[in-house]
Amino acid sequence: MSISAKAEAVLALHRFGMGPRPGSIAAVGTDPRGALIAELDRPLALSAAVSLPTSAKAYRTVADANARRTARAKQAQQQAKKQQMAATPIAAGDQGQAQAQPQGYSQEKDAAEMAAKQAADAVPDPGRPIYLQEAKLRTEAALAADIGFAERLVWFWSNHFCVSANRIQSMSGAYEREAVRANALGRFVDLLLAVEGHPAMLFYLDNLGSMGANSIAGINRSSGLNENFAREIMELHTLGVRTGYTQDDVISFANVLTGWTLVPPGADPQHGGEFTFNPRLHEPGGQIVLGKRYEQEDAEQGRAVLRDLAAHPATATHVATKLARHFVADEPPPALVEQMAKTFRDTEGDLKQVAISMVSSDEAWRGPPSKLKRPGEWVVGMVRATGITVVDPTRFTGGQELLGEALWRPSAPKGYPDDEASWIDGIGRRLDVANNFAERITGMADPQVIIEDVFTSQIAPEVKQAVGRAESRQQALALLFMSADFQRR
Amino acid sequence: MGFVNHLPTRRELLVGSGALFAWSQIPRLARAEGRDPRLLVIVLRGALDGLGAVAPVGDPDWVGLRGDRALVLDGKPPALPLDSFFALNPAMPNLHRLYKTGKAAIVHATATPYRERSHFDGQDVLESGISKPGVTASGWLNRALLAIESGGRVDPRGSRALGIGSVTPLVVRGSAPVMTWVPQKLLPASEDTQNRLLDLYQHTDPKLATVLQARIKLASLGGAPGAGDPMSDDPTLMPPGIARVRAYFAEAAGTAARYLAKADGPRVGAMGFVGWDTHIAEGAASGQLYNLLGALDGAFAAIETNMGEAWRETVVAVVTEFGRTARINGTQGTDHGTGTVAFLIGGALAGGRVIADWPGLKPAQLFEDRDLRPTTDLRAVLKGLLRDHLRVEEKVLADAVFPGSADVKPMGGLVG
Repeated sequence: MSISAKAEAVLALHRFGMGPRPGSIAAVGTDPRGALIAELDRPLALSAAVSLPTSAKAYRTVADANARRTARAKQAQQQAKKQQMAATPIAAGDQGQAQAQPQGYSQEKDAAEMAAKQAADAVPDPGRPIYLQEAKLRTEAALAADIGFAERLVWFWSNHFCVSANRIQSMSGAYEREAVRANALGRFVDLLLAVEGHPAMLFYLDNLGSMGANSIAGINRSSGLNENFAREIMELHTLGVRTGYTQDDVISFANVLTGWTLVPPGADPQHGGEFTFNPRLHEPGGQIVLGKRYEQEDAEQGRAVLRDLAAHPATATHVATKLARHFVADEPPPALVEQMAKTFRDTEGDLKQVAISMVSSDEAWRGPPSKLKRPGEWVVGMVRATGITVVDPTRFTGGQELLGEALWRPSAPKGYPDDEASWIDGIGRRLDVANNFAERITGMADPQVIIEDVFTSQIAPEVKQAVGRAESRQQALALLFMSADFQRR
Repeated sequence: MGFVNHLPTRRELLVGSGALFAWSQIPRLARAEGRDPRLLVIVLRGALDGLGAVAPVGDPDWVGLRGDRALVLDGKPPALPLDSFFALNPAMPNLHRLYKTGKAAIVHATATPYRERSHFDGQDVLESGISKPGVTASGWLNRALLAIESGGRVDPRGSRALGIGSVTPLVVRGSAPVMTWVPQKLLPASEDTQNRLLDLYQHTDPKLATVLQARIKLASLGGAPGAGDPMSDDPTLMPPGIARVRAYFAEAAGTAARYLAKADGPRVGAMGFVGWDTHIAEGAASGQLYNLLGALDGAFAAIETNMGEAWRETVVAVVTEFGRTARINGTQGTDHGTGTVAFLIGGALAGGRVIADWPGLKPAQLFEDRDLRPTTDLRAVLKGLLRDHLRVEEKVLADAVFPGSADVKPMGGLVG
């Protein structure tokens, strides 16, 4: 391979993939665009995921544990009370005892509560182990990928359609697999239908109990509509903010989406946690959204609106802009965005074709490596460079949290930002992480080998010099991982 | 905060395969003498400036060599006198006290057989005990352990040696089992690493340079109230800087001592401290090197305290891959050199002296007209300790522990 071919392979790996790993530059070969496109034809499913629970199963498992916890607490509390009653001497009429009673009573209450808490804590929380297993699988897929373009697309869409494990930890990983990964290279409309109909999203965006004013449940109870889900679908997931929809559109769409909920886990041990349409919550009748009347029955009404949102030209522009901003530049070339949006419109939102149109455009390759990698990509890139393919998910997710990009835990439905200004002040923390990681691997990773073999020497001469002059392998590795060649793409 | 568990720590292995560790640790021959010796090896990575740590104030060429950067007895602060010729860096009052009570010795103008100036190769030679670089399968301390016969089971689950840090130092790696303990505190990136990264950014990425510079500036205010708690484990709250380094050194060394002191604990340990590569603004009397030596001195105090009763059977050997240039360079620092010092401390030591065959500091006396000439082979010191403290046989030392070192006789009389 010529030097310029190697340099282009390195750029392909950084900008569109997960970063160079041993052998990856040779795997990219002399046709980086072709190699990126070829990767999109490989299966994206995680074969190891068969051992993991479905989102509904995970949800039931956590719900069952919560129910057991409540029961154990109650039992323990009752038992503690009984023991106290038995131990309290019967001293009716004794004035002194009577006076002491309030304090004694409160001690007994404390003891009972303590016993309840201990009993509850004895029931382990199955949600976190599930989260960690999912995190491990996802991270190791990124480490094992030849280039990682397809994995980056999964990460992108997962962030675009984010949920938060802070609210729904049990389902956060399975949600990504079931709704996002399964559709990341399919049509946008299918991806959209999958994520908006997923119980994790309905839970996260507060749609489970949303009910129409004239629905059966709405008439019988005082609670009502929740607009959150409908608003975020239009603002964040499809059209984009300020693209012409009104507050009335939000309310109508929210009415359309009433009844989209999940099967309560206690009620159904087989299907608890799965999506269901509950007609008792659904606002009856037709709704007008963006000037079009939807008369469909049941969940079909919502699906029809989602299909139209997916086909809306504003959605094509919104999605193309976000993709180009994520992969290419904070301010992506308008010609590139337009070409991707056109492909989106022409192919009815074929996401694989949109990705292909991006990497086929010269505009996507021409600019300097100005993007600052997000913490997650940077960390994975660092680990990939060392050839390590197995991670301890506790440590790994802890590191990502420290860097401000906790896995599946964005602070808002907008997901993590994709601009330099949001992340650049975290460079100091990255140094702590790089330094610590370098210490951990210094016995097994040689910085010179990484430069010569993994990067085939395609790295700035200043970095080579700094690495060569470092006082220890640890320092050399930390400098290498912190170099602009590792941070920018 | 690292996050990749590529190798199970020995401790994790221990849970899975207890049998591997079911052997004892007290050296048999030492035990027969009624002793239960402890040995801790501390590697200073980055090459310690031996002349900045222990100054030959009695050498007529000393001040001429270093000018106003030379440690002197009437300096500010004054160097601590050791004998009529040498004085100790004022950052090390603990070491000075130990020296005065015979519990510390200093070996000067010493070096491994390595004569090039690459840190990586130099550390490989120092720790592997092999005189050529590039052999990193095992360390001399581990091979010494293999040669020691057991004098009785100490801990049925225990191992012979203790490695401190998330990566076991090469010196103690090998086929004799090692348990590792990882300090809870996150070692901050050293000032030196930050400065090098800043320099790299200034040449390659001005934006990143600006951000990093702001962080370094913030850290320099780290002593100010509210700027962060140096004892906190949360690196986001902690200013990087010398307070964190001091805390890390003390915790790491102090914990090593606690393990070694235990009746059923390991008897030999090894650990490394980084940050000694002082090319720029070395600051022997008040700066980088002064701060680092102060942190090391604090680590010595933590070891002495936490060893408790076992202190009188303890030897700590502090070694570095090579020394630094005898002269100050163009950036008020020193470059990679050759001869340097080794610190020996511990209750078992016959100390109170600087052991040196002084080579002199005139240009012709310097190694290649630049470095302190090494006159004592560091292997002689280490072989002396292994023979007289742990009772490793001399032939084993010459063949297996430091292969090909038959000509380098073990230094006698180090252990009292």
